[in-house]
Amino acid sequence: MRIAVASGKGGTGKTTVATSLALCLAADRTQTQPAPDPPLFLDCDVEAPNAHLFLKPTFERRQEVGLLIPRVDEARCTHCGKCAEVCQYHAIAVLGKKVLVFPQLCHGCGSCTLTCPEHAISEMPDVMGVLESSTADSGIHFARGVMNVGEPMATPVIRQLKKWAAPKPDQVVIVDAPPGTSCPVVESVRGADFLLLVTEPTPFGLHDLKLAVQVGRELNLPMGVVVNRDGIGDGGVDNFCETEGLPILMRIPFDRAIAEGIAQGQPLVDIHPEYRVQFQEMLMRIAKGVSGSAEQITSDESIPLFEATILDFKRKLTQGRNRKD
Amino acid sequence: MKIIITTVSPTIESEVDPRFGRGVYLLVVDPDTMEWQTHPNPGASASGGAGIQAAQFVTEHKADAVISGDFGPHAFEALHAAGVPMYLFDNSRTAQDVIARFKAGQLEQVGAATREDCHPEGKA
Amino acid sequence: MKQLVILSGKGGTGKTSLAAAFAHLACDGPMPLRAVLADADVDAANLELVLQPCSLEQHEFMGGSKAIIDPAKCEGCDICTQVCRFDAVISPRPNWARGAQGGEGYHVDPIACDGCAACVYQCPTQAIHMEPQLAGHWFRSESRYGPLFHAALRPAHENSGKLVTLVKQQARLLGLDEGYQVVIVDGPPGIGCPVISAASGADLAVIVAEPTAAGIHDMRRALETTAHFRVKSLVCINKADIYPAGAEQIDAYCREHDVEMVGRIPFDATVTEAMVHGEPVTAYRPAEPASQAVRDIWHRVAGHLNHRESKT
Repeated sequence: MRIAVASGKGGTGKTTVATSLALCLAADRTQTQPAPDPPLFLDCDVEAPNAHLFLKPTFERRQEVGLLIPRVDEARCTHCGKCAEVCQYHAIAVLGKKVLVFPQLCHGCGSCTLTCPEHAISEMPDVMGVLESSTADSGIHFARGVMNVGEPMATPVIRQLKKWAAPKPDQVVIVDAPPGTSCPVVESVRGADFLLLVTEPTPFGLHDLKLAVQVGRELNLPMGVVVNRDGIGDGGVDNFCETEGLPILMRIPFDRAIAEGIAQGQPLVDIHPEYRVQFQEMLMRIAKGVSGSAEQITSDESIPLFEATILDFKRKLTQGRNRKD
Repeated sequence: MKIIITTVSPTIESEVDPRFGRGVYLLVVDPDTMEWQTHPNPGASASGGAGIQAAQFVTEHKADAVISGDFGPHAFEALHAAGVPMYLFDNSRTAQDVIARFKAGQLEQVGAATREDCHPEGKA
Repeated sequence: MKQLVILSGKGGTGKTSLAAAFAHLACDGPMPLRAVLADADVDAANLELVLQPCSLEQHEFMGGSKAIIDPAKCEGCDICTQVCRFDAVISPRPNWARGAQGGEGYHVDPIACDGCAACVYQCPTQAIHMEPQLAGHWFRSESRYGPLFHAALRPAHENSGKLVTLVKQQARLLGLDEGYQVVIVDGPPGIGCPVISAASGADLAVIVAEPTAAGIHDMRRALETTAHFRVKSLVCINKADIYPAGAEQIDAYCREHDVEMVGRIPFDATVTEAMVHGEPVTAYRPAEPASQAVRDIWHRVAGHLNHRESKT
């Protein structure tokens, strides 16, 4: 089962809720025989990852992540311009007798490489961040991506994180999504079985919750809401949830002690252990809300990971073509 | 000789457009004969890489110089790689002003991108 | 004309509340600056909720295109599936007959599709074409503190920064045309393209930090980002009394990195009340501690703006 925790608005408490969910799952598994796999926590907020401050993992595996960008062999290039013609992002340009590649615009799609009639283009990795994961000694298997400062695109880092830290078939996955409602959030949340939306009962919270709900609907996900800092604003969020039939699975009242504890990197269920029961109840309700045979996302060996080169692609392509003949 | 000027309307009397990548029209003119042609700038409606598209237009037309108000880093890199000198039109108002000042050697040539951009790095 | 951008790294630190207060103080405060406002947080745009603007214009924004497979031309060779690096091509069910009409043949998941068109060019029967998508809208509105440019990206659509750039460009063009003195840009959270687009060309950035473990971590990344793009930055601390040791850490970091600290705003429930009321906090309750602190900060920020050589 994969639960994605998102919000729309930043700062509503996604990481607070996600980390506490993971801690409750980790504690629970010691109560069951045989013990299930430890939960996998994926921090997908690769631009500003914070979950490590609460779960304090020891990172053991590290891998650079990035895109495969084109490299042109000037000796074979005839400057026909076909590469530039097919590139939808204007990341490769032919100017007179020079070919320029703009890595920051490149999406690593490989189209130019496949198109070049002279086979003058090969691909090379362009590092944009790092993936890190821990063992599950603490009871939680933690993985995250950290995008390098100055890089424009978070989505490829998130996409590769999900493949690199693929869960075991029965492992419960908690995804901590970034704020917003666009590509990085969609990539983080895609493939989840349940979307848990954390909001605050204010006009900003409500406005962005509505957008996040639309994302959930686009992706056809069952959804539930956690109202954090309950009591600080107005009843708009409650009214909206009622009208839309969105279950409010938990309320966390505003409490300065919580704010101060979170400020110091203390997980919510450590500040207020009595909340564990509520988190466990919420997990059970989520599990019931998810259909019985939820598909697990596993690592697909045929999808090239970062290390693969275009030669693998072309080989598969040729094999594919030969198979069909 | 052929020069290209970014303009807001498709005539030689047009006001200049200060943006290279997203300037509305590209006026191609021979400053000696004053023969001219105008084209919509392919970069103007581009969703990204506008400067690159405009630069490709410039090289396809084999221009000897390009004059605008502002060259972003990608545009600069592309035009520089293609060996096309870039000039700023300073406070000229119309394309005709620009041509006159270019012929008089009064325009400043740029040696670097004139502004920062979302994607400042490009590698060959 | 100057450009001021408000950033944070971490979401929820109070950028929009501060931007709204700056808009109010620029208009009605003791150091008036004629300001155009721009909400650059296009996938969760909140500034209008506290500025109550009247809408004047609405424009469509076309984003990237998505691939569509024509089942009539598809011969099931599977090349598109192999070529696609975004897992966007869905293969048909096992008993689907090649060339059959109806049933679920090869099709593209529009949410996963990145718009690269590799499949279009590799398809041997030209069965695939690209269709441009309506990604969102941008708006020109008038608020009581000045013109406001904002946008709404459709949920689940790509936010590569183009819409942000467009909103800022429109604000800048109006500002230059009508002699405004500053564009105040309410920035998005994070440090990726939308933030880079929001910050590019800015004369000054104000980073709103919160004195929490997460807030400090993300403030550093935000400062590294503005430094990378050579935008001068100032820092202020919001909800400063939540964790005084955290506030000290921020102070120390700023001193170490030669970044000016322009003020501390105490945690104050009035800020949320003002939001509920639909007003900037400095207009709603000018005497409350948060409002006083914000006024002091604005005083320093405006001072910097007045002294800087404009980039535009």
